Amino acid sequence: MSASQTTPGIVAGRLPPEAYCENFADVIPPLGAHEAVVASDRCYFCHDAPCITACPTSIDIPLFIRQIQTGNPEGAAKTILSQNILGGMCARVCPTETLCEEACVREAAEGKPVEIGRLQRYATDTLMAAGVHPFTRAAPTGKRVAVVGAGPAGLACAHRLAMHGHDVVILDARPKAGGLNEYGIASYKAPGGFAQAELDWLLMIGGITVQTGRALGRDVTLDALAADHDAVFLGMGLAGVNALGAPGDDKDGVRAAVDFIADLRQAADLATLPVGRNVVVIGGGMTAIDAAVQSKLLGAETVTIVYRRGQEAMSASRYEQEHATANGVRIVCNARPVAVHGNGTVREVEFEYTRTGAKGLEGTGETFRLPADQVFRAIGQKLDGAPSGLDLSGGKIAVTGPGRTSRPGVWAGGDCAAGGEDLTVTAVAEGRDAAMDIHAHLTGGAG
Amino acid sequence: MANLATNFVGIKSPNPFWLASAPPTDKAYNVVRAFKAGWGGVVWKTLGIDPPIVNVNGPRYGAVWGADRRLLGLNNIELITDRPLDVNLAEIKQVKRDWPDRAMVVSLMVPCDEDSWKYILKRVEETEADGVELNFGCPHGMSERGMGSAVGQVPEYIEMVARWCKAHTRMPVIVKLTPNITDIRYPARAAHKGGADAVSLINTVSSITSVNLDTFSPEPSIDGKGSHGGYCGPAVKPIALNMVAEIARDAETRGLPISGIGGVTTWRDAAEFIALGAGTVQVCTAAMTYGFKIVQEMITGLSDWMDKQGHADIDAFRGRAVPNVTDWQYLNLDFVTKARIDQDACIKCGRCYAACEDTSHQAIAMKPGRVFEVIDAECVACNLCVNVCPVDNCITMERLPAGAVDPRTGRTVTGTYANWTTHPNNPSAKAAE
Ligand SMILES: Cc1cc2nc3c(=O)[nH]c(=O)nc-3n(C[C@H](O)[C@H](O)[C@H](O)COP(=O)(O)OP(=O)(O)OC[C@H]3O[C@@H](n4cnc5c(N)ncnc54)[C@H](O)[C@@H]3O)c2cc1C
Ligand SMILES: Cc1cc2nc3c(=O)[nH]c(=O)nc-3n(C[C@H](O)[C@H](O)[C@H](O)COP(=O)(O)O)c2cc1C
Ligand code: SF4
Repeated sequence: MSASQTTPGIVAGRLPPEAYCENFADVIPPLGAHEAVVASDRCYFCHDAPCITACPTSIDIPLFIRQIQTGNPEGAAKTILSQNILGGMCARVCPTETLCEEACVREAAEGKPVEIGRLQRYATDTLMAAGVHPFTRAAPTGKRVAVVGAGPAGLACAHRLAMHGHDVVILDARPKAGGLNEYGIASYKAPGGFAQAELDWLLMIGGITVQTGRALGRDVTLDALAADHDAVFLGMGLAGVNALGAPGDDKDGVRAAVDFIADLRQAADLATLPVGRNVVVIGGGMTAIDAAVQSKLLGAETVTIVYRRGQEAMSASRYEQEHATANGVRIVCNARPVAVHGNGTVREVEFEYTRTGAKGLEGTGETFRLPADQVFRAIGQKLDGAPSGLDLSGGKIAVTGPGRTSRPGVWAGGDCAAGGEDLTVTAVAEGRDAAMDIHAHLTGGAG
Repeated sequence: MANLATNFVGIKSPNPFWLASAPPTDKAYNVVRAFKAGWGGVVWKTLGIDPPIVNVNGPRYGAVWGADRRLLGLNNIELITDRPLDVNLAEIKQVKRDWPDRAMVVSLMVPCDEDSWKYILKRVEETEADGVELNFGCPHGMSERGMGSAVGQVPEYIEMVARWCKAHTRMPVIVKLTPNITDIRYPARAAHKGGADAVSLINTVSSITSVNLDTFSPEPSIDGKGSHGGYCGPAVKPIALNMVAEIARDAETRGLPISGIGGVTTWRDAAEFIALGAGTVQVCTAAMTYGFKIVQEMITGLSDWMDKQGHADIDAFRGRAVPNVTDWQYLNLDFVTKARIDQDACIKCGRCYAACEDTSHQAIAMKPGRVFEVIDAECVACNLCVNVCPVDNCITMERLPAGAVDPRTGRTVTGTYANWTTHPNNPSAKAAE
């Protein structure tokens, strides 16, 4: 292949073949056994530890770190997984810099938190490498629960229900289970097919049937699911993508960032995945960062993220932003797209600078243009295909307490449910808590 | 899941982790918190005869820290409980009633006369506690009043008091030993002779942790003066392990139940004490350093390890290390090892070289490119390089197989057991029997 970084248009194979392997390897390498002991030694075993409070799944972090330190990584893994069954994925993808590690007292003391995420990975990897599934099912209850969506929320819910002896059927519209673990998370955060390996490991609990290629709304209705099961959990994520709303945003070369990422995650050979020479990503969240960085790693010559507000307002953490800039991505703040130019195919994007005025964000009137062969929209996902009859709140399924929707017998959690940050770990927490509530209802213990 | 339950001289507890008699067990409030956290039992803070003692009102602890301010050793000048006897007894009774499955042992220290012991034992019996522990250990303060280690250092007193106690109570009697003696077997034998059901050890080691170089006062300083305190925590564990082993393998005390104390901080420490024969372990400093929750690591760690090893219960491995503790004279001199440096793991710090070259046997060669290699002809296998190497498993000891010639001595390794009595160069060797 003769393409290079400067080849115009959207083409594959911009880099020498060996570069892909290197670029998409583990962004944060795993800890070795000795490193893990050294890292775990730094934990103070704080009382009522702030890191536990900062973790949406409330993992007993000081305990698991002490278990690593005392030579019991498998025990550490059990401590983690009993709270967060996707502790392995979360160890890789959680923005720890805004969660547990931000709360670490050593972050306050020295600006160097205990490496909680990497230690969590060390523990869970050790257990999974041994092929051990440390939980067993309770006696069968004869109750059947349908879970819609095999993402983190659905999987966490299904596992907890199965553990309590219920039979679970998960249906997912996509050909593979895993949700955004499989189709969304940046490749270099969970390389080596980790999402499917973790899924297989999770299903070792038994009692869970996964039906892929089966969509709620298309293949089955909520009424039918509710009629056939004792409870339904909706963990369908956010399948829709927001539009730019600028003239020309339907030109060739303009795409949803999540679709590009899904293609990238499913590509058997990254050298065959086309990417633009000049890529423009519009948005300020994790999706924008991931689309931008991975475009760069695929060989784009220039990649620019344009965000309409100030840098401090970006939902991507400072750490994520630095990761992007370190990879050669340019971040332009306070600018919004006003037009996409080009003759059928995008050639340039025109932006207007913004400022915060009396009535909120407003244009300054000053514009500029960025050359672009490829434009990624990363200005947020939205709930698509929510079953009718459920109350919504802010465009998501309204829930009270542990994921109860407005319809009795139907729970929801994860990105599709209102409240909580859209993070893997939050989805796990919500799925797990809904499962406990469903379990209480099914066994007559709930008030 | 391994069964951690223990039955120690008839005192049952769901796990072998007891809190030692000390501030963590000073009152119901602490003990209830401890039981909630999962501790299997407690030895209540030592009771005395009223009026209660008074403690110092300045600092009572000093400490020794490792890197990163990890607490390695703690020293204290605290006395026994400073609360009235009736208050303690009422609380003990209530807590035992509320927590029937946990071990409740009461530590006692009263003047060395039979009536005092008789009196207090009767009072404790009324609480329905599971047993008593005689504190013959505190090295400071109380010893100046003829109690604590002042008793524990005189085997005849130990035997006498143990005998009184056995005569005046139906409760199991555990004698807590002080390490501040020359040979732990004498006080242990005395306790055994006096009829004690068990011994527990160690109490704290007499110590001064540091001297303030501005005021020239020992720490902790009470108005410019300090007195020796009792040392405990991870630093004393090796002393405690040896003393436990000595009692476990002594012909006169073999089989005497032991509650192991001293520096227990992790499940591993506990497993080691148990392997040396302890039926339960007691913990003070680890709880004082990290809080009661630390027991969760101990319980899960021990249980996971037992599962992995296939030990169904505590007795399955209790005492398994005792037969392997022997006298120097029985060590196999035909066991010849050499240090081996894993060149791939080596980070080239040179610490092994400095240690061996300066202070040992000049058995490591430093070659160009900072390559360090063992010279077998010089290596006496002392293990110092292994101990100072910062990298796990980088330097290991490898045994020379039978038939190999040790290039240092020129002798062929026979592959058979041969202790010092058979060594040809040993002028004091006895003829082999
Ligand atoms: C590009 C990208 C990168 C991200 N990076 C991170 C990160 O690094 N760290 C982090 O913590 N979070 C990250 N997130 C967020 C995180 O992935 C989500 O918060 C999380 O996956 C939400 O889990 P969920 O189970 O609610 O939904 P999803 O993971 O979206 O799973 C929903 C599942 O439901 C299925 N589904 C949808 N509709 C239907 C239907 N009608 N019928 C049947 N099945 C249906 C979908 O196919 C999907 O499998 C990222 C998100 C994106 C988009
Ligand atoms: C502050 C403090 C007070 C103690 N008080 C008592 C006591 O009253 N009676 C007693 O038998 N031992 C007492 N000890 C000794 C402990 O019970 C225990 O034997 C010793 O600390 C060794 O265990 P460790 O290394 O786990 O701390 C005390 C120890 C400390 C640190
Ligand atoms: S721990 Fe600190 S605050 Fe508590 S009693 Fe002791 S000196 Fe006072």
